Amino acid sequence: MSEPRVTELGMLSIGLVAAGVIDLAAYLPRRAPLLAPSLLLAAAAAVLAANLVQVARRPGFAWRRFVQVAGWTLVAYLVIAGMLEYTFLYDRTRGGVLAVMTGLLAVFTLNVPLLVGYTVARYERA
Amino acid sequence: MAVVQEVAPARPAERPGFEIVPRRGLPAVAAVVVALVVSIAGNWPWALDFFHVVGGGMWTALDLFMGFVVGPVMRRLSVPARVELTTRLMPKMLLIMPTLVTMTLASGFQLARANGMLSGSYGRHGWVVASMVVVAVMAMVALALLQPANVAVLFELRRPQPDPAIVQALMRRFVYAAGVTGMMQVATLVIMTRLAT
Repeated sequence: MSEPRVTELGMLSIGLVAAGVIDLAAYLPRRAPLLAPSLLLAAAAAVLAANLVQVARRPGFAWRRFVQVAGWTLVAYLVIAGMLEYTFLYDRTRGGVLAVMTGLLAVFTLNVPLLVGYTVARYERA
Repeated sequence: MAVVQEVAPARPAERPGFEIVPRRGLPAVAAVVVALVVSIAGNWPWALDFFHVVGGGMWTALDLFMGFVVGPVMRRLSVPARVELTTRLMPKMLLIMPTLVTMTLASGFQLARANGMLSGSYGRHGWVVASMVVVAVMAMVALALLQPANVAVLFELRRPQPDPAIVQALMRRFVYAAGVTGMMQVATLVIMTRLAT
């Protein structure tokens, strides 16, 4: 069975998040149209979900190591995400823009632990 | 009289013990993050400038140094020397790089917002967007390739019997990814000096 393309899909998902953030930031301080970033958010979340399914269906995967590494990475990135969310709130980002920004941030924050945890766990052997 | 010399049996080279994340460095990281949050909350121009210039300068210099100096040097080292360098350098990089990136981007975004550089009416708005695209490419490479390879190689090297093929594959990935981010940093230098001129 060939190796799942977790890294490539992770890069794609992070790229879609980045495109959404750039699109929103390009309109600041005016209110940005939300259609394009919302579509980018949906696409990024779909790619992340597909990636998670790929990992979950991998036979003989080292789940213990994955949970250990991804868990600690998630803790670190939650600190960074918390700081970014604080910056959005501090800058008085509200309503739909805040919701889309938070969604993009959440997808980004989940992608990193998945990528680090998967890369470590795929080389794990008994 | 014949001299009999005892020869010690050959032992495998010992690898120094190491922590994947050096816990002693965490208080320094926490101090930087707290100072950064305080600077943003206080909206202090000097502090924001300090974090952006110092963080950005160190991030760029380290990326260029890793991509164009350490990477090629590492490729030519013997395997034991490469292992020793990796186990001493990479855990520190796991703390240093995310801290510098957070410092630079959070303060830079606040400065750009405060100075009106994010606005479409800003004369060099195109350069600002270009800098965001460069950062996006660097984030994709660093978060999907570089950092996972860094952590995975450290886990492999902590094993009693690391697999040289796995270490080599991960280090190759690390070195090429560092080269790409190094090139992106050259683009960052061009964009930032254009914006500052």
